[in-house]
Amino acid sequence: MDLRLRGITHFYGDLEVLRDVDFGVEAGQIVCLIGPSGCGKSTLLRLLGGLERPAHGEILQLGAPPAGSLNPLTYVFQDFALLPWRTAAGNVSLVLEDHPLSRRERSEIVADVLARTKLSEFAQVLPRQLSGGMKQRVAIARALAVRPACLLMDEPLSALDSQTRELLLDDLVELWLRERFTACYVTHNLAEAVRLGHKVVVLSRRPGRIREIVEIDMPLEQRKHALAELQEQQSRLWELMREEAMAADRELADV
Amino acid sequence: MSDEALAERGAAGAAAPVARPVPFRGGGFAPRPMRLVGLVLFLVLLGLWELGSRTGWIGPLVLPAPTAVFEAFRQLVVSGQIWLHLGASLQRLLLGWFGGTLLGLLVGLAAGLFSMARAGVVPLVAALFPIPKIALLPLFIIWFGIGEESKVATILFGTFFPTVIAVYGGVDNVDRNLIRMGQSFGLSWLSIVRKIVLPGALPAILSGFRISAAIAIILLVAAEMIGAEYGIGAYILLAGNLMATDQLIAGVAILSMLGLAVSWLLGRAERYFLRWR
Repeated sequence: MDLRLRGITHFYGDLEVLRDVDFGVEAGQIVCLIGPSGCGKSTLLRLLGGLERPAHGEILQLGAPPAGSLNPLTYVFQDFALLPWRTAAGNVSLVLEDHPLSRRERSEIVADVLARTKLSEFAQVLPRQLSGGMKQRVAIARALAVRPACLLMDEPLSALDSQTRELLLDDLVELWLRERFTACYVTHNLAEAVRLGHKVVVLSRRPGRIREIVEIDMPLEQRKHALAELQEQQSRLWELMREEAMAADRELADV
Repeated sequence: MSDEALAERGAAGAAAPVARPVPFRGGGFAPRPMRLVGLVLFLVLLGLWELGSRTGWIGPLVLPAPTAVFEAFRQLVVSGQIWLHLGASLQRLLLGWFGGTLLGLLVGLAAGLFSMARAGVVPLVAALFPIPKIALLPLFIIWFGIGEESKVATILFGTFFPTVIAVYGGVDNVDRNLIRMGQSFGLSWLSIVRKIVLPGALPAILSGFRISAAIAIILLVAAEMIGAEYGIGAYILLAGNLMATDQLIAGVAILSMLGLAVSWLLGRAERYFLRWR
């Protein structure tokens, strides 16, 4: 299943946050969205998953989601959004409980996704006992449990310290190589964008318009060992963003 | 600074500098639990009180000795009267508190979830909550008679409003991101309320229970002081009319124990339901 955005314009009250945004997310691809803070990246992601309705334009699903997908458009949140009163397994199970699955099927899915995210031994642990990185793993396991057609990731690594971020970034690459999931990945971290993105969509400052779409052809598995070339890509992206970011930084926050 | 002074400083600097430990400036402002102190203070006060009564410094009619109070309490237990009074009080308390809490939960939840209910309920609660419910007791007696109903109604009415406020405040404070998460995974409305909103509001609801329980005990005693045969409030009032201060204090002590028991139960409930915190 592909996603297609056509002429998306969005307002919060009188404030225009997105203007005429147009791009596609193809199956099996990770599309990274970058842009200065406040440019509407996260808004765009909320529009993509149907949590908000765009003022103008349309968002289309092309083709049917794969059979057995319980929740085709599935989010991974920056703040993890785990229920603190449920264990890791309970948090995963939560999103399955509204689907017609037997108790056994459900616990099989829970065990399976926890194993795939290397969390099996933490199944019965409450979120408060887990580190930030582990919490995000639980959230990723929860997202995988509903067999999404497209993952919508809203700065999933931003709340983590840089070492944890590096570890989880490797895990995400590994996960993609195994499962070839489709994702739209919002970040303000250019290093993440060039490590994960097949396509990087650069947005301008508010109102967010598409500044440029950069394709990165290097296969994901090679990127870890080609940091020099990635650095070049990253510098190019930074050149694109630099002035926008500076201007955005100087804007008064009277919204 | 003169050259000599500079030279001197230089010489002192060349010699070993004076080593002093960094002065400690932290500490304090962190009370530690000390269990025995409270008990000791309580016993010391009781001892002083007993001493004052024995030496005649405190008149027996003004304040009877602790031993006399204990004797009155013992009489109450031996004669079995305590169960009549306590039974009558607990029945009113539980009926009123459960009724008020249940209604408060329903109305508070509605006000927390639906704009229409909120727009109607919140101003109404704001207007009615500040009325001291004791002032309504005469009206309830006219409506429901002097029997049990008016007493239960007073307690019910008094616990209803704080519960409404606690519940809708609790629902308001549930992390919106968790609700968005539930919606983004396609959870049904009922699932979101049952599995995200209610557990998320539970801490606030439980602390609301503490307030409503305290109010319920106050109203219980007040209601029992108007035309009740049995009940701790009636017992205290009767003792006062007879100038039997030993019984009066014994009754007050029972109220203190009742309050402690309620707060202990609620503490247990909090520990059990909020163990995820």
